[in-house]
Amino acid sequence: MNAGEVAVAIVLLTGSFLSVLAAVGLHRFPDVFARMHAATKPATLGLVLVLAAVAVQVDQPADTAKLLLAIGLQFLTAPVAAHMVGRAAYRTGRLLSPGTRIDELEQAARR
Amino acid sequence: MSGVIDACLALLAFAGVLCLARLVRPGSVADRIVALDTFLVVTVSGVAVTALRVGGAFLDLVVVTCLVAFTGTLIAARYIEERGE
Repeated sequence: MNAGEVAVAIVLLTGSFLSVLAAVGLHRFPDVFARMHAATKPATLGLVLVLAAVAVQVDQPADTAKLLLAIGLQFLTAPVAAHMVGRAAYRTGRLLSPGTRIDELEQAARR
Repeated sequence: MSGVIDACLALLAFAGVLCLARLVRPGSVADRIVALDTFLVVTVSGVAVTALRVGGAFLDLVVVTCLVAFTGTLIAARYIEERGE
């Protein structure tokens, strides 16, 4: 393995490990909003790292283009999806954990 | 490189199993949506790593799965918002 392959291997393993962290966070955090915090950020970063490493490693330029497209789409769609799920979860109510101290949305959501 | 790919696939499989466990565990619908979304993200990573092993085949699946995950999450979120669970 040359230096480039070592770098690709490290990035691949980091990305995969971040996915594991996201999945562990789904079980360990107390309510759906904390779980979204765990699930969306590390999972997105992990996916982007894995896709970038694969994009460097594949031979065909067309394959690299597809992976870059997927990275771009992920950066565009992940925040929108997380926002929609968070808003829907808040509006259905009663999903905040009992340990929540400050609910800044309470006033705005009561309209 | 082959050992690294195996290790990555093992990590991603573990993450996928944890997501599916969250999916079937008792919880709100929003929890399940988040779990399914995370599972699909992990799946996309797995497809990309597998493509590295088999030589760049079926990379279209990466783009398609990204979009299906996004659309599915959006529709499910709209569903629970309308239903007001």
